[in-house]
Amino acid sequence: MKELLSGNEAIARGAYEAGVRVAVGYPGTPSTEILENVQRYKDKIYCEWSPNEKVAFETAAGACLTGARSIVTMKHVGLNVAADPLMTLTYVGTEGGFVAIVADDPGMHSSQNEQDTRNYARFAKIPILEPSDSEEARDFLVTGLDISEKFKTPVILRTTTRVSHSRSLVELKERIEHVPQGFKKNPPQYVPIPAWARPMRQRVEKRLLALTEESSNSPLNRIEWGERQLGIIAVGIAYQYAKEIFPEASILKLGWCYPYPDKLIREFAAGVKRLLVVEELDDFVEEHVKALGIPCDGKNIVPNIGELSPLRLMEIRAKIEGTAIPEHKPIKDASLLPPRPPVLCPSCPHRSIFAALGRFDVVVTGDIGCYSLGVSAPLNRMDTILCMGGGISMAHGMKIAGETKRVVGIVGDSTFFHSGITGLLDIGYNKSAPVIIVADNRITAMTGHQDNPGSGKTLMGDSAYQASITDFAKACGIKRIFTIDPHNFNAMVALLKESFETPEPTVIIALSPCVVDDRSALRPALKIDPTICKHCKMCLKVGCPAIESMDNTIKINPLLCGGCKLCQQICKFGAIS
Amino acid sequence: MNDNNSCTSVFLIGVGGQGILLASAILSQAAMLCGCDVKTNEVHGMAQRGGTVIAQVRYGKKVYSPLVTEGSARVLCSFEAAEALRAAHYLAPDGLAVVNQYQIIPVSVSSGMATYPEHVEELLKKQFPRLCYFDATQKAIEIGNPRTANVVLLGALSKGLELEESVWEEAIRKTVKPQFIEINLKAFAAGRATVQ
Repeated sequence: MKELLSGNEAIARGAYEAGVRVAVGYPGTPSTEILENVQRYKDKIYCEWSPNEKVAFETAAGACLTGARSIVTMKHVGLNVAADPLMTLTYVGTEGGFVAIVADDPGMHSSQNEQDTRNYARFAKIPILEPSDSEEARDFLVTGLDISEKFKTPVILRTTTRVSHSRSLVELKERIEHVPQGFKKNPPQYVPIPAWARPMRQRVEKRLLALTEESSNSPLNRIEWGERQLGIIAVGIAYQYAKEIFPEASILKLGWCYPYPDKLIREFAAGVKRLLVVEELDDFVEEHVKALGIPCDGKNIVPNIGELSPLRLMEIRAKIEGTAIPEHKPIKDASLLPPRPPVLCPSCPHRSIFAALGRFDVVVTGDIGCYSLGVSAPLNRMDTILCMGGGISMAHGMKIAGETKRVVGIVGDSTFFHSGITGLLDIGYNKSAPVIIVADNRITAMTGHQDNPGSGKTLMGDSAYQASITDFAKACGIKRIFTIDPHNFNAMVALLKESFETPEPTVIIALSPCVVDDRSALRPALKIDPTICKHCKMCLKVGCPAIESMDNTIKINPLLCGGCKLCQQICKFGAIS
Repeated sequence: MNDNNSCTSVFLIGVGGQGILLASAILSQAAMLCGCDVKTNEVHGMAQRGGTVIAQVRYGKKVYSPLVTEGSARVLCSFEAAEALRAAHYLAPDGLAVVNQYQIIPVSVSSGMATYPEHVEELLKKQFPRLCYFDATQKAIEIGNPRTANVVLLGALSKGLELEESVWEEAIRKTVKPQFIEINLKAFAAGRATVQ
């Protein structure tokens, strides 16, 4: 039976069919739906949201050493967090198949950078597979687990946003069980103390040679001969665009690009007059082709920034053929449109935090989550973002550097558990005095409401201990700890004022549920009384999508308003009720 | 260069929460029922927070790219009045534009940082030779549920495609929750009746 599945759904299906026992990860667009869909097979596959990618990676590594087929999922920046276990698991090796599924985001649809995960494969000397549609996403996971077991190596399955979030037809198959044999004690294999790590290091190089041979013979890489005038090496989803725009060309389709399939590359290059490498982001394959002594076109005409698309390939074709580059820009009248960037939802508890911070001249170091949207106008109340947990540590750094303004670090509940705790420990240990606000809505909201150690529920649907941020803060040596409902705007402002006047670190847990996740937190819509409203527009400064203003009228859209009353508290004339 | 001959592309645009992904799912199902290869692409994540949402559907004998090439869509359907202009360059010169009259005012306009275009209808008429411009949201309210505006629009855009009429009902039955099948069938019929 064929089903129309997204790449992420297909990977989850692959985990089921391949007999995977353990599937773990941390949410991150565009990878999140993989584990959400694995959850449908929870009677066969143990699955969990781990506190962060490093923990998830290590969990899957432990599971695979018992012989259980294991996968770990994350977005590209998550692999930075998990890079430490990755770089040594490559030495230790695997027993049950181990595949790390890493979703890149060329074009930065929902990310802070667009790093190319393929570089990690070369860095760690392990195979990386790149599907170009959903059927391949499922198949490549299955193949990746086989490769992992055959060569005792971790494998990376790299998707991109367009692979993860595009749907295509997948023929479903039955599950094949792989029963783990249990952990077998073997310290020289699993303990990389220097004496044993040195032979492991030798094994990694030998394995790499064997994998190079294998990748040339793998069905994941194939030549589709067409006309010999132009040969295209197409990697990952670029293959689909190349088939669309260069239907007559010969194509070397690479689904397993590292270790590089040298034999196949040489054979293909020898069979075509002109060679072009089409890959998203870095010149990962192109550089190697050139190192083999084969001249080719690549990043001289293929963009290395942003994602590719059929139109990008049409432009490349025009450059090769010396014809006019096709113009398909947005029409002129599109410039009349108001921008529609993502904004905090109506009744979002985070809005009140930023509105309150707007009353003070402070520096705000931010973090990755819905609250990142506090940077946008009209709130304008975030000054830096680096990475998850970074809001806390950067606030510490600014204070010890002698920043004269008060510094506020923002973190969410999920990012606090992810990597905020260690930063807070530093503040307690090395004594700086920022104000840390934990925007605690009890859910990992931005990626679509995944549970986390604070939400009291697991991915398997079981109830769980709710980790206490207050207890963590106490254990880190913080004495001023407050929990407040941020919807109480005046109390929020008063607490901030008092905290800014204290030479001690403060943790403010701004606790209120995400209203999109927990609809019971919604209240009846408010109304503006036009006879009282003075059009001072103060309510518009909180950037609520429910408050609409055009042609000098201000009204609250009853379909959008969730009754949080922030605007009511801000209105000086009592016009909102 | 237009779409290759065997493929049909549909481009849907609107604002988060308008049910674009459901419309895209029904359309994909209808194409599958006709025995077509289908690929779709959807926007997830950050953009869903009140931002512009896009869904692309391509079907035919064999589909490679899940992304629609600019200038090649057979139908452009905009769930919000002015948003149609943002995606106008995706429509083929002889393509059909189905546009909902419903306007959603973004925060950028309410906070005075941007303006909403004044004469949307004129701009649309100037841009699209084949335009179907009507208030799908009002029609959905008349049918009994404003949330079915997406399927009203789907009914209208179905007229611009060559899929057999009979598959749409089955596609709706297979895609929407059982309790919403009847109202969505009504919504679809109302939308389809708006295009001659």
